[in-house]
Amino acid sequence: MTIIVPIKQVPETSNVRMDPETGTMIRAGAATVVNPLDLYAIETALRLREAHGGSVTVLSMGPPAALKAVKEAIAMGCDDGLLLSDRVFAGADTWATSYTLAAAVRRLGAFDLIVAGERATDGDTAQVGPGLAAWLDVPLATYVARIDTVADGRLSVQRLTEEGYQQLTLQLPALITVVKEIAAVRLPTLRGKKRARLSEVPVLTAADLDVDRACLGLRGSPTKVVRIERPKVARGGEMVSVNGQQGVTAAVDALLEFLRSRGLLEEVSS
Amino acid sequence: MSFVWTVAEQHEGRLKAVSFELLSRGRALADKLDTKLASLVIGAGVGQPGLRELIQRGADEVYHVADARLAHFVCETWSNILADLVRHYRPVVVLAAATSLGRTLMPHLAVKVHAGLTADCTELDIEPGSDNLLQTRPAIGGNIMATIKTPDHRPQMATVRPRSSVVLPRDPERLGRIIEVPVAEQLFESRVVVHGCRADVEDFVNLEEAEVVVAGGKGLKKGDNFALLRELAAELGAMVGASRDAVDRGWIGYPHQIGLSGKTISPRLYIAAGISGSIQHLAGIKTAETIVSINKDPDAPLHNVADFGIVGDLFDVVPELTRRLRRSKAVAS
Ligand SMILES: Cc1cc2nc3c(=O)[nH]c(=O)nc-3n(C[C@H](O)[C@H](O)[C@H](O)COP(=O)(O)OP(=O)(O)OC[C@H]3O[C@@H](n4cnc5c(N)ncnc54)[C@H](O)[C@@H]3O)c2cc1C
Ligand SMILES: Nc1ncnc2c1ncn2[C@@H]1O[C@H](COP(=O)(O)O)[C@@H](O)[C@H]1O
Repeated sequence: MTIIVPIKQVPETSNVRMDPETGTMIRAGAATVVNPLDLYAIETALRLREAHGGSVTVLSMGPPAALKAVKEAIAMGCDDGLLLSDRVFAGADTWATSYTLAAAVRRLGAFDLIVAGERATDGDTAQVGPGLAAWLDVPLATYVARIDTVADGRLSVQRLTEEGYQQLTLQLPALITVVKEIAAVRLPTLRGKKRARLSEVPVLTAADLDVDRACLGLRGSPTKVVRIERPKVARGGEMVSVNGQQGVTAAVDALLEFLRSRGLLEEVSS
Repeated sequence: MSFVWTVAEQHEGRLKAVSFELLSRGRALADKLDTKLASLVIGAGVGQPGLRELIQRGADEVYHVADARLAHFVCETWSNILADLVRHYRPVVVLAAATSLGRTLMPHLAVKVHAGLTADCTELDIEPGSDNLLQTRPAIGGNIMATIKTPDHRPQMATVRPRSSVVLPRDPERLGRIIEVPVAEQLFESRVVVHGCRADVEDFVNLEEAEVVVAGGKGLKKGDNFALLRELAAELGAMVGASRDAVDRGWIGYPHQIGLSGKTISPRLYIAAGISGSIQHLAGIKTAETIVSINKDPDAPLHNVADFGIVGDLFDVVPELTRRLRRSKAVAS
């Protein structure tokens, strides 16, 4: 199978703490990482390659520094990578991002499957995967939690929805986005890291793609950010401490009283 | 005239609550724009009473696209149908729910009709003067609120977080039109086959629609102890959620996970026991109406964001809470 995995480089959040007063992230030295949810996409692609042969290419659009994310994916076992980097790509919303990625996919040539992450942890939109499927006009399954079979040019999957797991079969080539449940992610190997160091990752600009420049970056993005606010997170809640068994009763009393005052308990008796 | 549209959602012929939540959002916008509100129902099995309820809860018109082959959501088919309707009727705003369906369909449609789309909005308004839709959404795990508009493209599209809006009361006197929309044969997608939906899997939950959620984390010490939370949940009519650490340890299934790599929920009441409140966990609960934290560590970050915190041992507090609720129910009945 020829598989493409679009990945995004995002600010690392796992070590970030919150300032309870201002509600801002304390980004002291926050590094960048591969979008954590894209690791499941990479893992899924690598497992499919292990089972069915073929190749896995990672594709990322971002600043030159995003090369690090592409190399990390190669260290995990991806065969090669491609970075799209150009000032005119900057400020792209999900419409313009998926447009640009689609042009890059066309340039890469024929593929069987695109595996994207569920969403990026910075923008949190989950829109680029479905958008890319629309541009490429290939069948789409989002929130895939399990791959059942790959046979005869068809892929059978289960997607996690609010009502349960929807089972469906897609004709390849297709695009799926995957959730964390799909697989446990592997770590890069020493050999992989070495291969990543030595690998040449091509960096393409808008001039290398068959694109309409009016559709790129900030200029090509239908949505515009008007303002950004930082909500206060602290709710200034009531706090009770438990001391001994009596304390447990008193604390639960206070909680029940609180819930009643907010109309959160139906029954009225004490 | 350019209407405001909402995309209704249904499951097995029953309209979901979020379909009515969207109407109250859409009604407010349509009134500000001095236009009409239409709701779209795609699928088979929603009967006349359901369609009329959409009108009674705010819609002026209902477009009903019914076909037995539309029993299950297939993105391309839905997107084909909607793209045709959008090109024909030219709505000014299209709202859908930020659910697995809405968050799949809308970005696909936005590409087809070259529209801007804002994900998972919690506030919507109209900008005075320009009549642009102002779409506000939490980003970066809820740490910032971004307001976005789409000045040069129509329709303006947004998905709206479930349970972030109240449902309008039903007005049996409200009148409106129900329009049956035929589907052109070529709009059906043949590259995707849906076999059905499994909900029978071990312990599946629909946390996003829960009014009350009781969740446990690593503080529970082992999987069996989720029984304590299940007992409490039974008393509160709640669903059970979990932190990622609890899910990763195999104590409970992934559909229960709340947070950045799990579900985003907005229940009326969220009770967490033995959850520290990491930034990733908080990302999933910021829009809960009331947050209660039970944690023996007074400095647990979740205590900071809670409306009510108990600093104590969950193995004392949770069973006592369950007992008291049970007792007061017995007294009441
Ligand atoms: C990319 C990424 C995505 C992530 N996504 C998610 C996500 O979606 N959801 C999520 O939850 N996490 C997520 N995490 C993990 C997150 O960072 C935390 O590790 C996790 O939320 C911690 O779970 P916890 O609160 O159960 O455990 P801990 O942080 O270990 O907290 C356990 C708490 O229990 C308390 N406790 C212990 N014993 C008792 C007792 N007897 N009585 C009362 N209290 C007690 C302790 O004081 C402590 O505060 C993610 C991390 C990363 C890096
Ligand atoms: N700049 C990008 N480059 C490559 N892939 C991306 C980019 N942005 C988003 N993606 C992919 O689209 C998914 C959803 O991202 P988003 O819509 O931003 O939440 C991610 O998990 C990636 O797989």
